[in-house]
Amino acid sequence: MLNELIRYNTLVILAGTGLLGLVSGVVGTLTVLRRRALAGDALAHATLPGLCLAFLIVGERRLPALLLGAAITGLFGLFCVSVLARGTRIKDDSALALVLGVFFGAGIVLSRWIQNRTTDGSKAGLDSFLLGKTSGMILSDVLLIAAVSAIVLFLVVLLFKEFQITLFDSSFAQATGWPTASLDLLLMLLVGLVVVAGLPSVGVVLMTSLLVIPAAAARFWTDRFVNMTCISAIIGMLATVTGVILSTLFEDLPTGSLMTLAAAIVFVFSAFLAPCRGWIWRNNRRKAFAKSLDISK
Amino acid sequence: MNQSLAEMPTEMKHKRTDITAPPVLEVHDLTVAYREKPVLWHIDFAVTKPALVGIVGPNGAGKSTLIKAILGLLPVSSGTVEVFGRPLKKERLHVGYVPQRESVDWDFPIQVLDVVLMGTYGRLGWFRRPRETERKLARECLARMGLEGLESRQIGQLSGGQQQRVFLARALAQQADLYFMDEPMAGVDAATEHAIFQVLAELRDQGKTVVVVHHDLRSVPEKFDQLLLVNQRLIAYGPTSDVFTADLLRKTYGGRLAILEELAVALKVGRPTP
Repeated sequence: MLNELIRYNTLVILAGTGLLGLVSGVVGTLTVLRRRALAGDALAHATLPGLCLAFLIVGERRLPALLLGAAITGLFGLFCVSVLARGTRIKDDSALALVLGVFFGAGIVLSRWIQNRTTDGSKAGLDSFLLGKTSGMILSDVLLIAAVSAIVLFLVVLLFKEFQITLFDSSFAQATGWPTASLDLLLMLLVGLVVVAGLPSVGVVLMTSLLVIPAAAARFWTDRFVNMTCISAIIGMLATVTGVILSTLFEDLPTGSLMTLAAAIVFVFSAFLAPCRGWIWRNNRRKAFAKSLDISK
Repeated sequence: MNQSLAEMPTEMKHKRTDITAPPVLEVHDLTVAYREKPVLWHIDFAVTKPALVGIVGPNGAGKSTLIKAILGLLPVSSGTVEVFGRPLKKERLHVGYVPQRESVDWDFPIQVLDVVLMGTYGRLGWFRRPRETERKLARECLARMGLEGLESRQIGQLSGGQQQRVFLARALAQQADLYFMDEPMAGVDAATEHAIFQVLAELRDQGKTVVVVHHDLRSVPEKFDQLLLVNQRLIAYGPTSDVFTADLLRKTYGGRLAILEELAVALKVGRPTP
């Protein structure tokens, strides 16, 4: 068991997914504060038909091609959301739900069709993209994921101040000359990159929880955007690394679900125990306040 | 008081107050429409010299829309805006803005000083982070708005009046020459309102122009140099003493009784009976 863990391949996977978790914590903070948490979810689900189409075109399971296909339909899905929300009377949330359902449905149909068509359906391995699987990953896959994550991280660090002003007060940002629409679009592209990089290990279905849960948990620990981003990054890394380790120990369990559960445990812990904003602290303060009123009677 | 303000080249100040210099703000034929329904028609006016300018009109008259359209925050159907003789887009560093308090999420994880520092972002430009110089400036602006000691509070913990002053401090940190303020007195107490008006008057005395959307008619005559009456169309623009008349105000507000009573009080305050 221990040998399994310290095998070179496992270490590489741990490093790659750790970086991925860190970046999804960072980008997740931006999306949560921009109130675009669901956009990440729609995007993730909309990647499935792209994965399948890319497999049909290439004819074998080559990760770079599959992820490129995923990125194309994922971003196309988001494009459809914005067309629906702006061009019709359908509101944002309905447009997101609609795109998510239709694209995901199409993806499921395609992947089943591929599996029935080919004699050895499992060769496609498309099912592993639903809930994530790291055991079959090879070094070049991990390097690709790490490279995408590094690019995203670099851009966020570089443009941190610009994102901060756009997220907090976009009309002031616009009035002072910042291209808020472009920065918004860039943020969505970054979400797209993170989602696509996360598909092999986290999977389509739960990718959004890796964006949202670390950020939500981090909010309990701080009142500053910078700190929230860093804490969220740490929680994200913790979740992915824990997920990979557990899935190595228990072969059958999908990594994406394990990562989500690990993040959720940190969230519950934060919601109860964080000083000042956690439930226990606030409850104690409320009680102390009520008591002080009693005494003064 | 403010070192960087004092350091502003004097020839620039003169240029901005000179009669031959281009007007501070020139709005020409501005029309704004929401879904093909015009909300502002053919707004035409020019602020020729530094002044404290009030924008007054009934609810739904398009006061906020007017300054948002001037700043380019809304799509306009027609019209041009020039600041110091150049298109506003090229003069953004000289234009400050105080949005309505409701326009942001006060639960956002950010502290007071970080908000004020955003006023320096325009001058910093892309990629550069605020440093000690900017922090010092931001602290001076906070002090000027009477917010010393609150710099590391989360903004949601402040009172409404304090939040409003944080926005003003951020605008001061912009070190602009022309300011647009959207209801900066909304929901503040009398003492804060007085303090805010004092800062606005100081800005005017430093040769800056401040354009303020305002809703309280009573304070108009003694506070503003120039007045713009708007109700979808421009009713009147000019020195407050010429524009703040019963006739023009009735034209702006229509025949609304409550407003007219308020107006009677305002006129009494503004012009003591001989």
